[in-house]
Amino acid sequence: MLYAPKPMHIPDGFLSVPVAVVMWLIAIVVIALALKRVSRDLDERQVPLMGVLAACIFAGQMLNFTVAGGTSGHLLGAALAAILLGPWAAVLVLTTVVGVQALIFQDGGLLALGANIFNMAIVGVFVASFAYRTVQRLVGKARWGVPVSGFIAGWLSVFIASLAAALELAFSGTSPANIAIPAMGGIHALIGIGEGLITAGALAVITAARPDLLRQGQMQAAVGGRVVWVGGLIIALGLAVVSPLASGHPDGLEWVAGQNGFLDAAQGPIFKVIPNYILPGVSNQALATILAGVLGALIVAGVALAVAYTRRSRRPETS
Amino acid sequence: MHISFLDPYQPRPSLIHHLDARVKLVLALAFILATALAPPGAWPVYVLLFALVFAVEILSELGVSHVLRRALIALPFALAALPVLFTVPGPALLTVPIGPWELTITGPGLERFISILLKSWISVQMAIVLAASTAFPDLLMAMRAIRVPRLLVAIFGLMWRYLFVLADEALRLLRARSARSGLIYRPAAEDPDRSAGKVGGTVAWRARVTGGMAGSLFLRSFERSDRIYAAMAARGYDGEVRAFPLPPISPVAWGVLVGGVSLLGMLTLFGYVFWG
Repeated sequence: MLYAPKPMHIPDGFLSVPVAVVMWLIAIVVIALALKRVSRDLDERQVPLMGVLAACIFAGQMLNFTVAGGTSGHLLGAALAAILLGPWAAVLVLTTVVGVQALIFQDGGLLALGANIFNMAIVGVFVASFAYRTVQRLVGKARWGVPVSGFIAGWLSVFIASLAAALELAFSGTSPANIAIPAMGGIHALIGIGEGLITAGALAVITAARPDLLRQGQMQAAVGGRVVWVGGLIIALGLAVVSPLASGHPDGLEWVAGQNGFLDAAQGPIFKVIPNYILPGVSNQALATILAGVLGALIVAGVALAVAYTRRSRRPETS
Repeated sequence: MHISFLDPYQPRPSLIHHLDARVKLVLALAFILATALAPPGAWPVYVLLFALVFAVEILSELGVSHVLRRALIALPFALAALPVLFTVPGPALLTVPIGPWELTITGPGLERFISILLKSWISVQMAIVLAASTAFPDLLMAMRAIRVPRLLVAIFGLMWRYLFVLADEALRLLRARSARSGLIYRPAAEDPDRSAGKVGGTVAWRARVTGGMAGSLFLRSFERSDRIYAAMAARGYDGEVRAFPLPPISPVAWGVLVGGVSLLGMLTLFGYVFWG
């Protein structure tokens, strides 16, 4: 199978509605900022360039290499896009990639799309930008500087993004923080190595063939780069510090909520109108489920009959 | 070999296919939201939600087995939710000894786990029907209608247009690599007991080769985008993204939209009143 789902894409059902909604709001704000910056900084080539590069990142995710025992390393592309396009354009490109994956290929949910955009297109891109610029500055003009900073940016972007995903799962009560964070972090610390190596290899080829593109990317990164650098630093540090803290408290959400008194507010009595009461006239949950099943079967049977009927009446026309 | 099989859209003469894409997108999102809002353990709500999505699958004439098979895509992620079986406090149901440890499955833990799986499975089915019954240009129109910024919609559109071209490019790169023995083992036909050992270098070497492929894919895409820009400029593109005005939504589609949303709202309320 050429198009395999990636472990970082959270499907629907795994995030609670409040977490999903908050993630959507953050994603919308950052995308709006990115749209504003990109339409100001880039010229009219932006639309074809970003569209084609989104397709390129999507296709690039099909490139893989065997590691051992049937597992393979592949590219997620946040770091590569951030390095070559500058952070704001990369946010839009990755948003498009993640959006198409969710909308067309069901790789990641639609309600969870906000969280997936946040993890990959925002955390991944910002952290990669931050790491790349920092390491570049540290190593100076050395020839191996570009691939090494590419490797670190690739690894860190995948690792930190997976911590964000694990925290979202923990906050949703889907996976306890003390298991989700080490598990997700551990797996992605390994996946990140593949990402880092591919990013470094790609940068080596691009440095050799079109060094001007790398310089362009750096110029893009320099425009409003301080905001991104600080943002990346805060995200990376924040997630790296919060995650071990949260995993010390098995039920991360309950702990945070208890600390802040959210718990009482969250369990407000709005819907507790009818206590100890399951269905009007039905006192048994099993019976309610059976009734729902019968109703559901009736709906499905009705639709199936209707479709069968219309098909039969359609056939004479087409033949 | 071309990658056009990647496109999940399957044209059928069904009611679902004919429904306005904007209504479909909003209803699918509302359905997934309603599924996410269903409280854990509210089994009648899950049964009714499943009946709804199943009815939509039959109506869409896509083939129920096809949709159900594709719906397994999110299954591996269930691993992430597995620990809740043991960590949600509550009366013990079953104790599994694993080596020196004993893991206790609790009643509420099992309830939450099954609820998460059901939610995920039901939501992904609706997403599959949406993607398989709506052509991408219609989805773009629907995105414009729900106020996705025009620039972003334009990027989506261009990405879709060149996705298959570049996926073909990636396939060619993969084929070129296989031809030059980047595989970990020789093909089984030539070397059934794998006695010749590994070919194609170390893991780091393979990663570097893949990186080279990603780099050339990027360069080719970049150059292609230059040509596309030149072609667009030659046809009068001036940086402004223009689009046709959206056609009006028919009264029937409005009816379906309002009916569907209120049905889902009632179902959600029903779940909260009795199980919230």
